[in-house]
Amino acid sequence: MNSPGNGAINRSGNSAINRAGAGAAFLATLKRDLLISVKRRNDILNPFMFFIIVVSLFPIGISPESAMLRQIAAGVVWIAVLLASMLSMDSLYRSDYEDGSLEQLLLSAQPLYLLVFAKNIAHWLVSGLPVILASPLLAYMLALPAEGYATLVLSLLLGTPVVGMLGSIAVALTVGLGSRGLILAVITVPMSVPVLIFGTLAVQNALAGGSPAGYLALLGAMLAASVGLAPVATAAALRITLN
Amino acid sequence: MTENSQATRPLLEVRALTCERADRLLFRDLEFSLDNGQALQVKGGNGSGKTTLLRIICGLNDSFAGEMYTRGEALAANWDAFHSGLLYIGHRVAVNHVLTPLENLRWSCRLHDPADDDGIREALDQMDLAGYEDSPCYSLSAGQQQRVSLARLLLSSAELWILDEPFTTLDVDGVALLENLVARHASDGGAVLITTHHKLALPRLRALTLGMTR
Repeated sequence: MNSPGNGAINRSGNSAINRAGAGAAFLATLKRDLLISVKRRNDILNPFMFFIIVVSLFPIGISPESAMLRQIAAGVVWIAVLLASMLSMDSLYRSDYEDGSLEQLLLSAQPLYLLVFAKNIAHWLVSGLPVILASPLLAYMLALPAEGYATLVLSLLLGTPVVGMLGSIAVALTVGLGSRGLILAVITVPMSVPVLIFGTLAVQNALAGGSPAGYLALLGAMLAASVGLAPVATAAALRITLN
Repeated sequence: MTENSQATRPLLEVRALTCERADRLLFRDLEFSLDNGQALQVKGGNGSGKTTLLRIICGLNDSFAGEMYTRGEALAANWDAFHSGLLYIGHRVAVNHVLTPLENLRWSCRLHDPADDDGIREALDQMDLAGYEDSPCYSLSAGQQQRVSLARLLLSSAELWILDEPFTTLDVDGVALLENLVARHASDGGAVLITTHHKLALPRLRALTLGMTR
């Protein structure tokens, strides 16, 4: 690299996007977002606590009978995960929009969808993963039968990144609005419904003694499609928002 | 096109650029070019479209009519190449408040160039921020945050600098420092496009004034 201020001008290396640079920018963005999350713990902690609270209210509000709870356990966990992820979405891109970091992201010579993908991964690591790790405990509280645990965790592992990446598109579209209120939920919920359906069906199928493989495969397909398409859509949405 | 003829075409050429925003004509048929070794100051009153012009050139805003070229080739088809030789510092300085100057620069430099911690520390030192490398940016003043952002000028290998109101929060020393940097970049063969209300003491500075159409 240049020592500071020697003023060397880069005239040759402008042509192609270089792969090492793209990888380094991807890692730097991932690291930066994780670091910000660690320093702003409340943004992570609040959705997580919200998830715990919502799930723990069900046995109190509906019935502590395990026969009743085991029927709704998978659905309750999945719905709480969706709500918590919507809550955690709210802070995504906001500070970057306000302090101008998004402009820098757009002006990078590296592909924007790659950097957006790094941000998506960082967000999932701090919002999706803790919820998944806590879900067996909460499922136990809801008296989920033993044969459902593996499927529940697997379906969450496949489904939460999809919800996160779909949400990222909606956030990118609305981050420029001053007070967006429920717009985010209105955009994200319909897109997340298929994930909710297949996630809960997979667990119910496992409980009924069938194989959840089909539903999990569908979730996997959604995940593959999201990884391929959602960052590109988010990148386009960010360009529109910053225009 | 050969390397030789490319080098003779200006780094940035703007032809018949017209921008209308919220039903107001900001500028019409703007023509200018900017080449290596030059600095161009964009002047104009508040709301005359200075920031919009810079954002259009950066590719952040596409509500315009007209043509822009880099080295004789349409900018619209060469954004990636153009961006890799561009450093833009907007009036929102892209400094995250919870991160330290070091952490901020590690990221923002990585978006363009490889950067190492020693280089970043040296650049912060030159920006008179020695001792603040590891303090969170929310504890810094607005001027210091601006300096963190401007440290990228020292770390970048970009040939075109686009600076939007970089002087607003700087103190007297900071202004002199930045003027020096701009002058040195231009004399080293770089190009600078800058908006400011400040009177710049730069040799070979050209000016473009917006807001004459109204």
